[in-house]
Amino acid sequence: MLLKLSLSSLYARLVTVGMTVIAISFSLMLYMSVEKLRTSAYTSFTDTISQTDLIIGARASSVQLMLYSVFRIGNATNNITWESYLDVVNKEEVDWAVPISLGDSHKGFRVMGTNKDFFARYKYRGGQSINIDKGYLFEDLYDVVLGAGVAEKLGYDIDTPLIVAHGLQSFSEHDDQPFRVSGILEKTGTPVDNTVIVSLAAIEAIHVDWSTGAKIPGQETPIEEIRKMDLTPKNITAALIGVKSKLTIFNLQRWINEYPEEAMTAILPGAALQELWRVVGVVENLLLGISIVVIFTTLIGMTAIMFSSLSERRREMAIWRAMGASPRTVVGLLMLEAIFISVLSILLSVILLFFSLSILQPWIDYNYGILVNVEMLSLRDMYVFMTFIFASILVSLLPAIRAYWFSINDGMTIKI
Amino acid sequence: MDENIIKIDSVRFYWSKKSRFKIFVPNFEINKGEKVLLLGESGSGKTTLLSLICGFLNPLSGSISINGSTINKLSSKTKDEHRADNIGIIFQQFNLLPYANVIDNIVLPLYFSKVRSANVTNQRESALNLCKQLRLPDDIDQYKASSLSVGQQQRVAVARALIGNPSLVIADEPTSSLDTDAQQIFLDLMFEQISNNKSTLLMVSHDRSLAKRFDRLIDINEVLTRED
Repeated sequence: MLLKLSLSSLYARLVTVGMTVIAISFSLMLYMSVEKLRTSAYTSFTDTISQTDLIIGARASSVQLMLYSVFRIGNATNNITWESYLDVVNKEEVDWAVPISLGDSHKGFRVMGTNKDFFARYKYRGGQSINIDKGYLFEDLYDVVLGAGVAEKLGYDIDTPLIVAHGLQSFSEHDDQPFRVSGILEKTGTPVDNTVIVSLAAIEAIHVDWSTGAKIPGQETPIEEIRKMDLTPKNITAALIGVKSKLTIFNLQRWINEYPEEAMTAILPGAALQELWRVVGVVENLLLGISIVVIFTTLIGMTAIMFSSLSERRREMAIWRAMGASPRTVVGLLMLEAIFISVLSILLSVILLFFSLSILQPWIDYNYGILVNVEMLSLRDMYVFMTFIFASILVSLLPAIRAYWFSINDGMTIKI
Repeated sequence: MDENIIKIDSVRFYWSKKSRFKIFVPNFEINKGEKVLLLGESGSGKTTLLSLICGFLNPLSGSISINGSTINKLSSKTKDEHRADNIGIIFQQFNLLPYANVIDNIVLPLYFSKVRSANVTNQRESALNLCKQLRLPDDIDQYKASSLSVGQQQRVAVARALIGNPSLVIADEPTSSLDTDAQQIFLDLMFEQISNNKSTLLMVSHDRSLAKRFDRLIDINEVLTRED
């Protein structure tokens, strides 16, 4: 009976209550979507590379090495020589190694030189491999394999010819040695999607007539001649390393870091990702903080609305009291209302969240490479909801206490 | 002693020591089955007296006994129950919960009183029956309280005050928001039902012309003295 009357009372104030519910559910949705984005970004981020035990490169901070070798952000400070690389590869602890050579670009996308092992050894999202969607991996010297994002954004298909530019924002192009697309990779949600992949030999080949970052004037070796040359690289930018036994990782890392002939750094990808996330994660924490403040603001708004409706409901409370309701019952009715509003808001916010996420998911994935998981609510969400209901009970105590005093003091008087 | 439904003895009340409004009720008694009109202008302390009788307010000294129990000695919870069991209240206006339907409004006191709900076998039926006797439309159960006219609302309030046969009905200027014709119709119907129920009626008004319907006419100034 009380519940029924409380509900019809809410229904009678449909507009006010409805607006309150909408306001609260939007703020809850904001909070939940920030939280979802945050966790999804974190998983996407830390899942970028897996099953690689060490990444080596020229002496640099672990974050920097991680950024340029895996995320292709920024530049390598230096290269490491092929000889040093071979020294590392020949260590008995090493199971496999994939060299990476960076530095050139194509229409804003990074060009990465590597070998075919890369496709077998590079794993993401807990051990998923890169698969080829169309065509084949590079067979010819001038074959390129495109990440899904590159092919999609540039509209390239198999056999599309392309020219690699020297450096990242340079106007000098290796136009004397055109490439063609031999294969396109499946979407991975990692930086591989935005990478143009060629063989190490190709990187070497396009730089035959180049010296210290500039083309040697007047020198132009014909392609036929280049094909016959020994195109073993002299330098590489970085390398991914897998070890035979995890127990030897730290020994190997120390050995590389202390390698006397060249300044090299070996990093543990997992640790570096965590370190990197601590930097990037600040923004997410800020967003989270803001959305918590928004929730508080709407709770205060709800209290304000309850307060302003109190004066009009003073009459109603006098009726309840006259019927024999105790002041506690009157207070209980108000709290019931607050609980009902918050539960309704939670339901609406969940619906809104899943609706908007399922619409926005492909867009976020496409633009930011973050795969937001539209899944069932986590235990943590439930915990947040319970806290919210508790908080709304707490804030509704203020108008309820006021109502309590009204109902005690008003007595027979009906305030108009 | 059982003859008195209301018995007030040496009751003193004021809101606070500084308050200019202090009242003293030396002795006030109403017998069971009586229909009493309490006359008084606004601000004379009528509403305060009614609030004391209903147990909304507690006297500073003296005793108030309603239907045999001294209510100022009861805990606030028992006092609320006692009110629900014994008293049907009709306000001047705004008697009903506007969002609830008519039947829910009428049966609301039964929810709070075991005694009164024990007197009613079928809540809906007896609510409808009261409505019928109060000449409310047959399809009254289709209405929301807010869609009724003021006169109809006051009659629904009578039905609510009478459901489950409480021994005392208190009406605070129930006709003041009605025009003269509606007043007469309302009073006819209310008296008829109160007589049927054999309830006691204490009605407050400032309209002396209503006196002829009542067993007794009391001026508020005879009941209480103001101590300024």
